[in-house]
Amino acid sequence: MSVAGLIRMGDNTLVLGQRLSEWCGHAPALEEDIALANMALDLIGQTQLWLGLAAEREGAGRTADTLAYHRDAWDFRNLLLVEQPNRDFGVTMMRQFLFDTWHLDALTALTEHDDAEIAAIAQKSVKEATYHRERSSDTVIALGDGTEESHTRMQAALDRLWPYVGEMFSTDTDDLIDMSGLRPAFYAYTDTVFAEATLTRPNTDFAHLGGKTGARHTEHLGHMLATMQVLPRNYPDATW
Amino acid sequence: MKQEWPLWEVFIRGQHGLSHRHVGSLHASDAEHAIQNARDVYTRRKEGVSIWVVPAADITASSPDDKGSLYDPADDKVYRHPTFFDIPDDVGAM
Repeated sequence: MSVAGLIRMGDNTLVLGQRLSEWCGHAPALEEDIALANMALDLIGQTQLWLGLAAEREGAGRTADTLAYHRDAWDFRNLLLVEQPNRDFGVTMMRQFLFDTWHLDALTALTEHDDAEIAAIAQKSVKEATYHRERSSDTVIALGDGTEESHTRMQAALDRLWPYVGEMFSTDTDDLIDMSGLRPAFYAYTDTVFAEATLTRPNTDFAHLGGKTGARHTEHLGHMLATMQVLPRNYPDATW
Repeated sequence: MKQEWPLWEVFIRGQHGLSHRHVGSLHASDAEHAIQNARDVYTRRKEGVSIWVVPAADITASSPDDKGSLYDPADDKVYRHPTFFDIPDDVGAM
C-alpha cells in the first residue's frame, strides 16, 4: 500500500516548507529571504501533489488540506530532521543541505517508479530539488570555508544535526523505494562538500529514529503544527 | 571590515532573440551567488531564459553633471534623424 509512503514524502516537504517560511521577513539579507521563501513555496507545492495523491488513493474523502491541517503530531510521518527548529541561519542551511542531498537522490530514484503518478510527481519535483541542493551546497561551502565565526557555526550545525541523518536511510515496506540504498551516494556527495567547506563529518552513525514511523517525534513538531494549523482549525470555513 | 556583500547589476534576457535588459541590482558574495540570487529575486514569474550579472563597481558610468555638454549639442541637429527623406509609397510602413 503506497498511501503511507506518499504521506511520508508529503509530510517531509510540508514540515520543511513551513519551517522555511518562518524565515520570511527575518533572513540575514533580502536575497536570502526571497530564496528561502521560494524554496518554501516549492516544497509546499510538492506537498500538495504528494498529499493530494495520498488522499485520493486512501479514498476516505480526505484532501491534501485535511491531511495537512487536521492531523495531530503523532499522525505525521516526516523525518525528525525537517522538524528541527531553524535556530540560526547556519543550522537552517545545514538542515537544508542534508535534506536536499537525500531528497534529490530519493526523487531521482522515484522518477523510475512503476506507478506513473508517483513518477510524474518525482519528475516535476526533481528540477526544484536540483536547484535547492546546488544552492544549499554553495552556502554550506561559503560559510564553512568563510570566516572563523561562520566556520564555527557551520561545524556546530553539522554536529547538532548529524544524529538526524541516519533516519533518512532507515526503511520499511511503507517506503516508496528502499531508502537504505541511498546511503552510499549521500556519503559520497556530502563528503565532497564538507571537504570543500573545511567541515568535519562527525565520526558516529548514531541516529535518532521515530519521525517517519510516527513513534516518537521531537517536542518541536507540536509547537510548529500549532502555528501552522491554528487558522483552519479555529475557522473551519475560512477561505483564502 | 566591510560587512555588506558587493553590489551586482542584473541583466535578463526575456526570451530567445531579444537582448539582455537591465532589471535591477542585488547583493551577493561572488558571481555564482549573484546568479543564484538573481534567479530567486528576478525570475520568480518566468521573466527570463538567461541571466547576466556584472559587478556594479566595474561599470563606468557617465556623470549626470555632464549631461549639458554630452547631450544638449544634439538638440539642434534634427538633420541627423532620417526624417528628411521622401519615402516612396511602395515602401509601405517603416
